[in-house]
Amino acid sequence: MALDQSFVGRSYPPTEPYEVGREKIREFAEAVGDTNPAYTDPDAAKGLGHTDVIAPPTFVFAITFKAAGDVIADPQLGLDYSRVVHGDQKFAYSRPVRAGDRLTVTSTIEAIKSLAGNDIIDVRGEVHDEAGEHVVTAWTKLVARAAEGA
Amino acid sequence: MAAKIGYDEVEVGTELPAGSFPLTRATLVRYAGASGDFNPIHWNEKFAKEVGLPDVIAHGMFTMAEAVRVVTDWVGDPGAVVEYGVRFTKPVVVPNDDKGALVEVSAKIGAKLDDNRVRVDLTATSAGQKVLGMSRAVVRLA
Repeated sequence: MALDQSFVGRSYPPTEPYEVGREKIREFAEAVGDTNPAYTDPDAAKGLGHTDVIAPPTFVFAITFKAAGDVIADPQLGLDYSRVVHGDQKFAYSRPVRAGDRLTVTSTIEAIKSLAGNDIIDVRGEVHDEAGEHVVTAWTKLVARAAEGA
Repeated sequence: MAAKIGYDEVEVGTELPAGSFPLTRATLVRYAGASGDFNPIHWNEKFAKEVGLPDVIAHGMFTMAEAVRVVTDWVGDPGAVVEYGVRFTKPVVVPNDDKGALVEVSAKIGAKLDDNRVRVDLTATSAGQKVLGMSRAVVRLA
């Protein structure tokens, strides 16, 4: 069943702040096997001009995806979340995420399409720090695959 | 920002050092924990097969994280990445054996932009299949 087009353009209130911790960044960098010292050594990060350790470029997805998940779980939208796969992902950074950041995400549904029985939804997440400055925008395309026999 | 590579040192077509990233089921469990994405298609073979996948697959975001390492290792400062986007075209299938899977990434300068920025075009393959499409990063060089 086609999703309700009236959701296009809808924005959701900012999430509660997520506090980025040094050890969480370290855990993530280790999980992807990335030994760049900018992720774990504050002095190395400062040597590159940062105020503290920074997070790998895809780290922020954990925060924006949770926010997008709250959006697509909106029962009024009617998306079958069990059939959702990740289609595209894009980030545009004003600056890297760093330890100590308290980040909020404001999600907006940018587009809803139906293609060959698949529902495709584009969610934009604007990430701001505690001072209200823009940090990164994440665009997430989710595809709810058509159910067999539909 | 402190990129190690100067804008004038590169031209369109300049290749970055390629990367090769092995992963096993254990890698995926670890990534699930670090990222908070506990979807069972990334660790439960029975579940993955029930939903029509050939086997457990890697998180798309894990593959995306590995691919950009070719860029961040090259440029030195990961904070120099100003844009990064991919399309998830094929899953990285991770068998439960001694070998696991391998993601191989190559990259070259696709365009020189203004303000010392360049567009890097990435190619990521696993088991001979292209796993990311439209994979591009914009990086600010010195």
